[in-house]
Amino acid sequence: MDASRRLDGNAAAGLLREIFCWEMTSAAVTCGNCGATNAVGALIIYASPMGTVLRCPACEQPLVRVVRTSNDYWLDISGARCIQVTPDTAAT
Amino acid sequence: MSQPMVSRGFRGRQRSVEANLPPGQYLTNDFPVLSAGPTPRTQLAKWDFTIVGTTLVQPKRWTWDEFQALPRVTIQADIHCVTRWSKLGTRWEGVALDTLLARVQHQARFVIAYCDGGYSTNLPLNEVLGGKAWVVDSYEGAPLAPEHGGPARLLVPHRYFWKSTKWVRGLELSVDDRPGFWESLGYHNDGDPWREQRYQGD
Amino acid sequence: MANRLVSPIVWQRATVIETVRETPQARSLMLALPHWQRHRAGQHVEVRLTVEDGYQAQRSYSIASPPEAPYLMLTVERIAEGEVSPYLVDVVQEGDQLEVRGPIGGYFTWQASQSGPLLLVAGGSGIVPLMAMARHHALAGSTTPAHLLYSARQVDNIIYHAELEQLATEDQAFAVFYTLTRGAPPGWAGFQRRIDLDMLEDVGWPPAQHPLIYICGPTPLVEAVATMALHLGHAQGRIKTERFGPTGGS
Ligand SMILES: Cc1cc2nc3c(=O)[nH]c(=O)nc-3n(C[C@H](O)[C@H](O)[C@H](O)COP(=O)(O)OP(=O)(O)OC[C@H]3O[C@@H](n4cnc5c(N)ncnc54)[C@H](O)[C@@H]3O)c2cc1C
Ligand SMILES: [Zn+2]
Repeated sequence: MDASRRLDGNAAAGLLREIFCWEMTSAAVTCGNCGATNAVGALIIYASPMGTVLRCPACEQPLVRVVRTSNDYWLDISGARCIQVTPDTAAT
Repeated sequence: MSQPMVSRGFRGRQRSVEANLPPGQYLTNDFPVLSAGPTPRTQLAKWDFTIVGTTLVQPKRWTWDEFQALPRVTIQADIHCVTRWSKLGTRWEGVALDTLLARVQHQARFVIAYCDGGYSTNLPLNEVLGGKAWVVDSYEGAPLAPEHGGPARLLVPHRYFWKSTKWVRGLELSVDDRPGFWESLGYHNDGDPWREQRYQGD
Repeated sequence: MANRLVSPIVWQRATVIETVRETPQARSLMLALPHWQRHRAGQHVEVRLTVEDGYQAQRSYSIASPPEAPYLMLTVERIAEGEVSPYLVDVVQEGDQLEVRGPIGGYFTWQASQSGPLLLVAGGSGIVPLMAMARHHALAGSTTPAHLLYSARQVDNIIYHAELEQLATEDQAFAVFYTLTRGAPPGWAGFQRRIDLDMLEDVGWPPAQHPLIYICGPTPLVEAVATMALHLGHAQGRIKTERFGPTGGS
């Protein structure tokens, strides 16, 4: 049952676009735990209204965590070793 | 443009606000499943519960069978989720934190509950002693389902429900407070629903 | 140009200019937006609904229209007990306004300029973003060979059925294959089972041709098909998925 709640990182595109000035789902993120590199859009999300946690598809480590509180965004990218963003004017 | 526009004819999910609920909460009869990750499935033979901490004279560990042999209580409680649903009169069974903590000697002031799946939550010791918190393994007379935190979860009903962490495996007793999975990401450190402490600064 | 300055994350008031009943469960909404940036096939928008008391619900919906279209088309399938989809399928009328932002998502997109044959696999309402790709394929005059495998419960649940048939006839490089999982009418020529390895191998392209594979629909279907594609030897990097969650019947 809970597995059917999985979404692709692509579903967080709108939220990430609220924080970053570039389209982020085509950015490449390297997992700080297992070293796998994937597009942000290919990470795994378990839909939760408490916050958005994007996990490594290879090892499930949280790479990006986002909570939107009343006034702020809280962003934790400590699980990611590196995020490579390629500015793409057509997809912003 | 940024002012939200009322959508003609949209009512949203049924939300009944009741006088006896904490502020901003509404009543639900379901038990929504909330989790931001996969459901861990730990075999009972491999399950244990530990209490650790730097000030501990002797760490403590219970296997599943040993845990089952501890004095058990039944708890009836209202639960309040920070995502605004509340559920009244839920029935649980388990072991009081008083019982567990009476079996260790320490000088700590905070508890950090740690769990399978990488979650954690923090609570001051005085908020979990005195019949206020339990490790529960049964819900409404049946073994606690994995989606709801089974084999065992924390139950701290006087705090928002994220503090009742699922899949709990132990307690770290600490001299310092250390924010958990959600507390370190904008959620309130105390999370008292009656004071509507949802986010930091509330 | 003015619309260059409007960020895709700004909420806009879209006006419903037309509604089209697609199946007993699904309806398309044609929307006009004050500022629309040309999208890419496969992108989605977010729709936000607000109740008088301030309560809000927000959901993602894929764009069904191709980048070439002058309006934005969404297609929504009603989920029993759902909060938002029954409203969009049954309540919204022409002339109503909806708050929408987008286009969103740069990952699950296809452009006619991309190389490699194309395999599109849809389950239920997962056809929506793939339809944008099929329409774009035809309108851009792409000669990239493209196959669509579409799993639906019954023949009545096939969204865009007539148009898909027409595309398959008119677009020389495009073919469509259906599979029905809950019974087929007499004389049905398509498949009649859940998607399996044999079907995927039959309909798809050999891994040696490096096809681009897009899979969309309810999460269990998407994950099953993605696993099969890997098993058949397709490269992970050529497989793109869009999970719709627990819903979106196939
Ligand atoms: C990127 C993206 C694009 C999408 N595009 C489309 C599209 O083009 N067309 C389309 O029709 N849909 C699309 N969807 C799905 C859409 O966003 C909604 O999820 C869908 O319309 C259902 O919303 P709802 O409010 O009606 O249902 P909800 O009220 O959200 O729930 C629907 C049902 O699902 C079940 N459910 C929901 N959450 C859980 C859970 N956590 N655990 C167990 N069961 C649960 C419940 O039983 C409930 O009855 C897309 C989703 C994504 C992520
Ligand atoms: Zn990893």
